[in-house]
Amino acid sequence: YSTGTGNYFVWSVSSLLTCLFSSLTFIFLDWMPSNKSVSDAPITQFVNCRILREHKLQREDLWVREGKILDPEKLFFDEKGSADQRVDCEGLIIAPGFIDVQINGGYGIDFSQATDDVRGGIALVAKKILEHGVTSFLPTLVTSPPDIYHKVLPEVKVHSGGMEGAGVLGFKPLRFISLLYTVEDISIQLISVYDIMIFFQYLIFLKHLSFANLLFLFSSTSLPLFHCPGFHLEGPFISLEKKGAHPEQHLRSFLSDGMSDLIETYGTLDNVAMVTLAPELPNSQSVVRELTQRGITVSLGHSVANLSQAEDAVRYGASFITHLFNAMLPFHHRDPGIVGLLTSDQVPQGRTVFYGMIADGIHTNPAALRIAHRAHPTGLVLVTDAIAAMGLPPGRHTLGQQVIEIQGLHAYVAGTKTLCGSIATMDMCVRHFKQASGCRVEEALEAASLHPAQLLGISHAKGILDYGGDADLVLLDDALNVRATYIAGQEVWRKLHHHNC
Amino acid sequence: MRLVILEDYNQASEWAAKYIRNRIIQFKSSADRYFTLGLPTGSTPFGCYKKLIEYHKNGDLSFKYVKTFNMDEYVGLPRDHPESYHSYMWNNFFKHIDIDPANVYILDGNATDLEAECEAFEKKIAQAGGIDLFVGGIGPDGHIAFNEPGSSLVSRTRVKTLAKDTIVANARFFGNDLSKVPTMALTVGVGTVMDAREVMILITGAHKAFALYKAIEEGVNHMWTVSAFQQHPHTIFVCDEDATLELRVKTVKYFKGEPLQDFEMLLTEPLLSCPGCVFRVVVVLEDPPTTHLQCSY
Repeated sequence: YSTGTGNYFVWSVSSLLTCLFSSLTFIFLDWMPSNKSVSDAPITQFVNCRILREHKLQREDLWVREGKILDPEKLFFDEKGSADQRVDCEGLIIAPGFIDVQINGGYGIDFSQATDDVRGGIALVAKKILEHGVTSFLPTLVTSPPDIYHKVLPEVKVHSGGMEGAGVLGFKPLRFISLLYTVEDISIQLISVYDIMIFFQYLIFLKHLSFANLLFLFSSTSLPLFHCPGFHLEGPFISLEKKGAHPEQHLRSFLSDGMSDLIETYGTLDNVAMVTLAPELPNSQSVVRELTQRGITVSLGHSVANLSQAEDAVRYGASFITHLFNAMLPFHHRDPGIVGLLTSDQVPQGRTVFYGMIADGIHTNPAALRIAHRAHPTGLVLVTDAIAAMGLPPGRHTLGQQVIEIQGLHAYVAGTKTLCGSIATMDMCVRHFKQASGCRVEEALEAASLHPAQLLGISHAKGILDYGGDADLVLLDDALNVRATYIAGQEVWRKLHHHNC
Repeated sequence: MRLVILEDYNQASEWAAKYIRNRIIQFKSSADRYFTLGLPTGSTPFGCYKKLIEYHKNGDLSFKYVKTFNMDEYVGLPRDHPESYHSYMWNNFFKHIDIDPANVYILDGNATDLEAECEAFEKKIAQAGGIDLFVGGIGPDGHIAFNEPGSSLVSRTRVKTLAKDTIVANARFFGNDLSKVPTMALTVGVGTVMDAREVMILITGAHKAFALYKAIEEGVNHMWTVSAFQQHPHTIFVCDEDATLELRVKTVKYFKGEPLQDFEMLLTEPLLSCPGCVFRVVVVLEDPPTTHLQCSY
């Protein structure tokens, strides 16, 4: 974003106007008694839609209050309440917001590069992938030297529920002087064009004011634009033979005490949600166990492990396979390798092994995608494995410590024919998966929302449209094109139609 | 008593819904003057609710100034249990219409003091000015609401123990597990429904035929509690052909014959949904007698 004086001028004029307008409305607005006993926050009712609930698309309305999905029956009988505003979805599908657990960057941003503005880079990608329906994601770091990890990982503070807008993109509304509020700091933030859009949305929202709405509006801080449960660290504890696009010189193995090696390499595990490693590396079992105990998802990938090594790792806590079929031994009928986990009978009771698939039509043959899906449909997790070049025009770009080249829908290590990641977007993956596997719409949507949420252990709040869950939504048409994206019940992106005016 | 006989379940549901629609519109309810409706649950009124929702969605009918009182609710069943009558009413009716939740009254089967809850319900009905139209169904044993055989015909809202027949019949909704079926319920009394200004009973299906026979062709008897409505000045029984299977041919011919049947059909004309009309029904005494509807504003 630019921070020229022009922006400040626009900002100060608009904030003065907000201040004036809102104080006027505040003064002249009567106190309106609330009709809800639990909360005065405005209630939004999405009508004329089909929602994904209990594995089916149901013709039901969706109710949202304070960023969570509301039980309308409780509202009706307990609170005698009703909706404050209705959103007509014009027959669209409402699915839980997509969750991408493997994304290396995009739009020129490479998460594995230690730039001056790591947070800004993540936030920019976060904003852009809203167009693909992704409301939560794990920024992924490929194999890198320790100093990269030490620089990048602490930059992002993950608190319970994940990183919010980090105050970087949030537009802090003014706490104006009034009877109810004490004087607070008027914080001046860097703003972007997007923030101005949010500001005008606020102005429109003011039109529908009741005093309750006013309270709610000015008590919110920054708009949570995305949800980030933490980083996905893919490497460096992976196999040399299956390094793929990862730089060989930074690969490592566990020395005597696996965990201390790991912590020495990464620096901190505070903001880490997932680690991909090769289970055949010696001393990996204690690492798998320790990471699982810390609540970090352990994923198997870039490995030459056989099935029993993989099953051991699952017993110790591993629960994910990084991009199935890619960077692992191929399926063999006498030793299926990691692929055999899909139908293994050694997986402990009550646990599911999930597997990531890059359904871009390039990384996996559609027939292989179908085999995996039919063998283990409830474990399929769609990932993009998108690289920095995603969203950019064809040409040469940087990934980790290497240079890559984009040709059409393919991204190769420069000068070779080795794939080094995809430039697919999540909504493309959902459409391609549905078309290639012939699965139902519900299954395709769940592979991008419910299953990753179950994998990360956040399916009580994300990846579902159950009462009490977070209202991260994506509105799609029947062809599964994204039309609008909502986070915490607020619209954060809408597909604009061009009109001839 | 009026007996309206329609060909099948769908037509009976539609007739009943149109009648209710016309009643509500002609009442010209407003913020000072609510139309009070008594409502049943179960499979019989399901079609009627669907039709009412359709009329609301068409813009013909608004429930903004309508108060509803449900007949009954199980005791001890959690309010959000899929088989509770709160859930039934929400999913099959309230969810789809514009009724104000503050105007909806359903007995609370989980109240700490059940008797007080029943008394309060009676008071609420009185405060609302009594019920304009009470819609009800009939059980195979002739009961209305949960007023099982043997209930007093002047009873008020109270706790009732359910008959074995009722529990067995309901088991199919509770996974065929008799132990899960509630054994008690709160119900309006026969007397409570008799206090309404108009009563409409929906009866469809051959399994209700005997109950209908007992209710209208035999005497007033507390073993068939619906028979109490023989003594109500404005009762309509709406049924399909199957429900008349146990009636005498003479009874059916009387009510199905013209001009009575024509008159009933006319009552559901959309024309009657214009408020402010005065209608004159002209019966021309020819053979066969014909009935004309004339209206003036």
